[in-house]
Amino acid sequence: MEGILTLHDFMLYTKSVTYIIVVGALLGLAGFFWFLNERDEDPDENPPAEH
Amino acid sequence: MALTRRKFLGWLGAGAAATTAAAVKPAVAASNKHFEGHPDSNAVLHDLVACVGCRRCEAACNKVNDLPEPDQPFADLTVLETKRRTTEKAYTVVNRYDGLRPSGQPVFAKKQCNHCLEPGCASACFVKAFTKTPEGPVVYNPKVCVGCRYCMVACPFEIPAYEYQKAFDPEVVKCTMCHPRIMEGKLPGCVSVCPTEALVFGKRKDLLNTARQRIARRPDLYVDHIYGENEMGGTSWLYISDVPFEKAGMRMDLGITPAPALTAGALAAVPMIAALWPVLLGGVYLMSTRRDKEAHQEKEDALKSAREQEQAAAKAALKKASEDAAKAQQKAVEKAVKDALAQAEKKREEEQKAKQQAQEAGQSPDGQGQESEEES
Amino acid sequence: MSSQAVRADRGIITPFNVIAGIIVIMGMVLTAWRFAGGLGAVTNLDNHYPWGLWIGLDLMAGVALAAGGFVTSAAVHVFGMKKYSSAVRPAILTGFLGYALVVIALHYDVGRPWRLPYPFIMSQGTTSLLFEVAACVALYLTVLFLEFSPAAMEWLGLKRARLIVVRLMLLLTIFGVVLSTLHQSSLGALFLIAPGKLHPLWYSSYLPVFFFVSAVVAGLSMVIFESSITARYFADKMDETHKQQKTTVAFGFAKAAAFTLAGYFFAKVIGIAVDNNWHYLATGYGAWFLVELLGFVALPAFLFAIGAREQRLGLVKFTAGWSVFGIILNRLNVSLIAFNYHLPASERYFPSWQEIGTSIFLITLGLIAFKFIVTRMPILYSHPDYPDEH
Repeated sequence: MEGILTLHDFMLYTKSVTYIIVVGALLGLAGFFWFLNERDEDPDENPPAEH
Repeated sequence: MALTRRKFLGWLGAGAAATTAAAVKPAVAASNKHFEGHPDSNAVLHDLVACVGCRRCEAACNKVNDLPEPDQPFADLTVLETKRRTTEKAYTVVNRYDGLRPSGQPVFAKKQCNHCLEPGCASACFVKAFTKTPEGPVVYNPKVCVGCRYCMVACPFEIPAYEYQKAFDPEVVKCTMCHPRIMEGKLPGCVSVCPTEALVFGKRKDLLNTARQRIARRPDLYVDHIYGENEMGGTSWLYISDVPFEKAGMRMDLGITPAPALTAGALAAVPMIAALWPVLLGGVYLMSTRRDKEAHQEKEDALKSAREQEQAAAKAALKKASEDAAKAQQKAVEKAVKDALAQAEKKREEEQKAKQQAQEAGQSPDGQGQESEEES
Repeated sequence: MSSQAVRADRGIITPFNVIAGIIVIMGMVLTAWRFAGGLGAVTNLDNHYPWGLWIGLDLMAGVALAAGGFVTSAAVHVFGMKKYSSAVRPAILTGFLGYALVVIALHYDVGRPWRLPYPFIMSQGTTSLLFEVAACVALYLTVLFLEFSPAAMEWLGLKRARLIVVRLMLLLTIFGVVLSTLHQSSLGALFLIAPGKLHPLWYSSYLPVFFFVSAVVAGLSMVIFESSITARYFADKMDETHKQQKTTVAFGFAKAAAFTLAGYFFAKVIGIAVDNNWHYLATGYGAWFLVELLGFVALPAFLFAIGAREQRLGLVKFTAGWSVFGIILNRLNVSLIAFNYHLPASERYFPSWQEIGTSIFLITLGLIAFKFIVTRMPILYSHPDYPDEH
């Protein structure tokens, strides 16, 4: 990265990017969790047997 | 190995010593702690400008360390055609790099253990086989070595070699900076035979000054950098050059973090996990069993109240039923009594009627009247 | 299904026994060769590659794949997920055999195996993450042995000893989770000391975290994978509880693996961001990194999720195998493929046939031990004398 010569500048840049990714990760994980569990109305329900 | 009493006492002593040390120098474990290394430790300055690639250092090294005869004699400079690294048979190698100097002269660079101030091999060794001596050399103790070769993974300069061909007593092999010779007051083998000033032995801080002076004297010639001053936390082998170091086989991307600092964070996490994981898991366990218990209790309670309700309902129903039955019975009795009374009344009326008729008919049919009376 | 099991009972000459026998004979020859001739005689290891297939596959991948033991026992004994109880014993057995094989493989790999206890009894190199790994693996192997022992004791009829261990189960489980967390992560931390050798896309100060999280994925996937194998070959050994819970376990673990993989995916992306390594993604190694990240992290997360959502057992089983392969690939990437990335191709390592043969031999030993134990001890069924606690 040109223009970044101090650790502070490097961290300002990378941490900013990281915060954006963290927000994305939280939203993504929440969405994925919903996607995973959406079809289970009853958590105690046993899945149907094999075959 | 049995635990002898002496050894146990030794451990106790070590513990006591550690505690004392901690008391004398507070904040031993604090991350802000700064270590200067052994004062007055020795080093070697390698000046690439002065090196002529004669390989006499290699020959001397081979001799003073009793290493096996090389495949090609040291006088044979065709060896320099290929890039070499240190091996179990050669503690040091000289490599040639062409086309770097405007004059067309090749550059030669000697390679050997750099004797880090904070050696990665020592930090990585799980049996403490490597020691940074106060004199400067990093030395290896084959008596405890298990042969895991993690030191070779850890070394950023790719120096330690292993005796893979030995089945029973393979050892890690690397330059010792001729530690035994230094202890005798002699120069390291390679330095002692260098015909130019390409290798200089001395105190590290003096050599840093020498290096700076040589650079200052010829700023047009030298690259303004002392390789090893800060690389990987600093080394006891220092280099100055008139060509970029990375072109002469020396990596410039290693950073200046000493090896122990690279793993300090991970090591620091170990006791925290050991201390806090059981707390977390114990808590989860208690919560899950409590939840189970509560669920169980709720079920029980629900069952119980259902049972009670049922019983109450049954009781009420029974009561009602018995009341109804009683009522019905009473009604029936009353009805029966009424009927009976009504019947009796009716009979009496009939009898009276019959009597009247008989009286009206005269005294003649007496017997009949008596008979009917007896019958009723 | 059961026909294979019946065939296996018929006699000594079965396909499994014949192939296993050939491999064992080969393995014994290789073993003699290794210990009589030294590492140089059978391996392609050199001074640039002190660690080869035996570390990359047998140790790194082996330990990760044996994580099913601590994951399952924690789910059941600590988190109270009783519906997975039947998965505990097979997972513990796989874990125990896995770690036993790791320790055996280490005897092949180190130069002087008879000195393996030295870090504990002779000279304690406590600054080494390998010391931490060695201590935890040694302790955890003991814990796994104890966790496994009730099955053996039921088989042998040692009621009193069994009762003692069963009472200690919660303690052992928590101890096992602590030890697993420590050494699974420390295996990744081993490479923290070599930032100059491991490619920046794989090198990260989060390496220990990556290794731990991916080990959980490997453990969950292995339980699904292994249960589909046992259902196929040892169906006659399974009791009703196991048969009933089998699908519950598969879908429950698939869901857990999907979510863990999703977290792992974001963790890896964050790992690139904090070191600002984006530009490496455009290189050859970057493409390979993306193959791992998208093909073996994101894809299995998605497939597990579909499988669990739509109750597709076949898809879940396939994804479990895929994800196990992905974790093996990750360990090989870190320890071999992206290691020494700066060296020219001519100096790169490729395992010798003897190294591959020895690894196959050790895996076969594990399979034989698994078969021996599963066909004798109450692993896939509850022992009639101890019906409740299984």
